[in-house]
Amino acid sequence: MKGSNEPVFWSLFGAGGVLSALIGPVLILITGIAVPLGFLLPEDTLSHANVLAFVQHPLGKLALLTVIALFLFHGCHRMLHSLHDLGFRTGTRAAFGFYGFATLGTVMTALLLLIW
Amino acid sequence: MSRFQSTAKTYIRPMSGWWLKNPYFIRYMIREGSAVFLTLYALVLLAGLACLAWSPEAYAAWRGLLDTPLSLGFHVIALLLVAYHSLTWFQVMPKTAPKLPFDPRLIVRGGLAASAGLSLLILVLLWWVTR
Repeated sequence: MKGSNEPVFWSLFGAGGVLSALIGPVLILITGIAVPLGFLLPEDTLSHANVLAFVQHPLGKLALLTVIALFLFHGCHRMLHSLHDLGFRTGTRAAFGFYGFATLGTVMTALLLLIW
Repeated sequence: MSRFQSTAKTYIRPMSGWWLKNPYFIRYMIREGSAVFLTLYALVLLAGLACLAWSPEAYAAWRGLLDTPLSLGFHVIALLLVAYHSLTWFQVMPKTAPKLPFDPRLIVRGGLAASAGLSLLILVLLWWVTR
């Protein structure tokens, strides 16, 4: 008998949950509020040169891929299960759609990071 | 689905708005809502990466979009919801653990302290590296 694939997705959900619980708020604050407004951090913190240097460094690539992939898998897993709570009959097709979306985003991020 | 339509009318309990009747379930749904914003935030970052790969002009356009009221509003809501997710994540942690030899509230406080410490570290490190 084939085992359930739930543990794999739950692990990614859990890892994304921990990562977003630890640094989700500060990342949103930095990239979405502080830098655009130039408060707490100067506006050129996310300048083209700075961000280019970040994605050219192996650790920068690893950090960005980890954040995007785990946030996507955490979010998609939770949305899939919330649909059930809202009364939608989610089956294999919905699971395929949500996890497929997270996988696609992860692959796109990895491919983009390979450019530099 | 079967080719034979059942003629029996089975009662299906209506699901719309069930969670609005109890503050506990409202908080639960707010927490679940954080997932939508976390996913969208990951897509904002992915879009930034794609723009960076495309051209310096595209990257400048992405940064310009971040400095709009719509984007700022989205990020403020995302910040609040993900901060709430953070709180609930650490609150659930001791409940999933086996019997602990110490006060379970220490796990909650430890998690929140780790989050605050890491956040401060990232802010200071970023300020120091780019200054």
